[in-house]
Amino acid sequence: MELMTRTENWNITYKHALGETASWFFTQIRDKQEIYGRRDPKSGRVLVPPRAFSDETLEPTNEWVKVGPKGKIECFTIVYEAFNNLPDPPYAFGYVLLEGADTAIGGYFKGIDLSDGAAAAAKLAIGTPVITRFAKVRTGDVLDFWFELA
Amino acid sequence: MTGPKVGIIGIGQSDFKARRRDANYTELVREAVALALADAKRGLEDIEAVVYSLAPDALLGIGNAERLGVDAVGARNKRFMRINTGGSTGLSALAAAHSHILAGACDLVMVAGADKVGECGDSQTILNKIWDPTYERALPLGTITMLAMSGIRYMHKYGMTQEDMARIVVKNREHASLNSHAHLRDLTTIDEVMNSRMISWPVKLFDCCPQSSGGCAMVLASEEYITKNKLDAVWITGVAHSSESYFIGDRMGNGFTADHADAQALGEACSRAYKMAGVTDPVKQIDVAEMYAPFSNTEFHAIEAAGLAALGQSPAMLREGYFKIGGGNPVNPSGGTLCSNAIAVTAMVRVAEVALQVWGRAGGHQVKGAKRGIASGNGGDHQFFGAMVVEA
Repeated sequence: MELMTRTENWNITYKHALGETASWFFTQIRDKQEIYGRRDPKSGRVLVPPRAFSDETLEPTNEWVKVGPKGKIECFTIVYEAFNNLPDPPYAFGYVLLEGADTAIGGYFKGIDLSDGAAAAAKLAIGTPVITRFAKVRTGDVLDFWFELA
Repeated sequence: MTGPKVGIIGIGQSDFKARRRDANYTELVREAVALALADAKRGLEDIEAVVYSLAPDALLGIGNAERLGVDAVGARNKRFMRINTGGSTGLSALAAAHSHILAGACDLVMVAGADKVGECGDSQTILNKIWDPTYERALPLGTITMLAMSGIRYMHKYGMTQEDMARIVVKNREHASLNSHAHLRDLTTIDEVMNSRMISWPVKLFDCCPQSSGGCAMVLASEEYITKNKLDAVWITGVAHSSESYFIGDRMGNGFTADHADAQALGEACSRAYKMAGVTDPVKQIDVAEMYAPFSNTEFHAIEAAGLAALGQSPAMLREGYFKIGGGNPVNPSGGTLCSNAIAVTAMVRVAEVALQVWGRAGGHQVKGAKRGIASGNGGDHQFFGAMVVEA
């Protein structure tokens, strides 16, 4: 017998409020090309991206700390497969520990030839120094900045 | 463990496949339920409560699909709840059923669910949506990229190679070839894995689990009920969970408590389950392990979290054949998550497979003489871990 299917599509638009902490963080990126973390008062650790509260004590974080623009790679991947509604491959992204921060922030790695995976992976090895670059036109978003080899 | 126990008296699982066009979602749940009830030699009327195993809604494309599923498990006028902890859902659902029974609320509880991951076309699109819209959603994160990055850190820390990853695939496919329920059952070679196309460095196509359709159901009962009715059973002697915080970037950098290379919280879950079961030396006391590992590299840190190898040592032990059926501590004799992944029930299948092993009913992939095993489940962005010890 013929086995039938029905096609369905979910298309939902959300307008997520970012809250005071993330709003201030993104404003600095948009207007000043500066990245900030928040200090956990108990451990002294600088959390980037900034959290309004410590996940260890649930106490509010109490200080803005400017971090970067230099940093080092903590992990990466290079994507060669196309996924629905995700960017066209290839692209490289991962996490970077910015100077002055204690946790790593995610971002793209740009300016690297990705045609040879092994060669690109060697360039992106953990510990490699990178520098943060900012887009000319910024909207206040994580995609306003990315990392290039220092 | 002292005090009354909870037993497993029935198991039903589908033959996992890429597509099941012959059955819609609820029909797939019903299929597993019928198999489990027949295996338990119980009727639907005997079941007092149902814990429903259902992962993120969008994988199925049905909002709160437990509303439909309630019919397929016959839960009208019964206790019913849905559990969702992502990939670890099936094990969490079993833990909830276990608690129902140990609390004395019920004697007979069924856990059931199904998934049709293939119908969403591309699970990574949906799994990208598990990331926080405030800071990380705009990045192309998915479960593949997240765990590829874990692999990069594991390689850096311990020297794992892509060939080591391929050895996991070769082993699990060999195991799956012996398991009629497994989705990917073709044997493969290190060369074939290495030559499969790169998806997310260093993870290649053959290092990835499939998107599977299928269901699983299990019937749990109190020790008193099992004894009174003279039923055959195996026993859940340890059950535990442990969680990791959300931000992947907090599992690296300075002063972190858990390294994204490893599965520290899974280690906590396993330790807690072992403590409850009285297991003090897993290498000697665990005969079989079914560890949730959807990508080849993640099986290494799962083996280490289960205490079957020291940190960073499992790739070398695999090279010596240690985790194969017939080896020192067989891991994923069913072929594991790498060969079948119907996400809503995958962690339940891990427990079901350990139960079948210690029962001596695993068929072609039976580990000879297995009497005690551990199963695990991982959910979220490498966050929600469950572990269960099952004994004959």
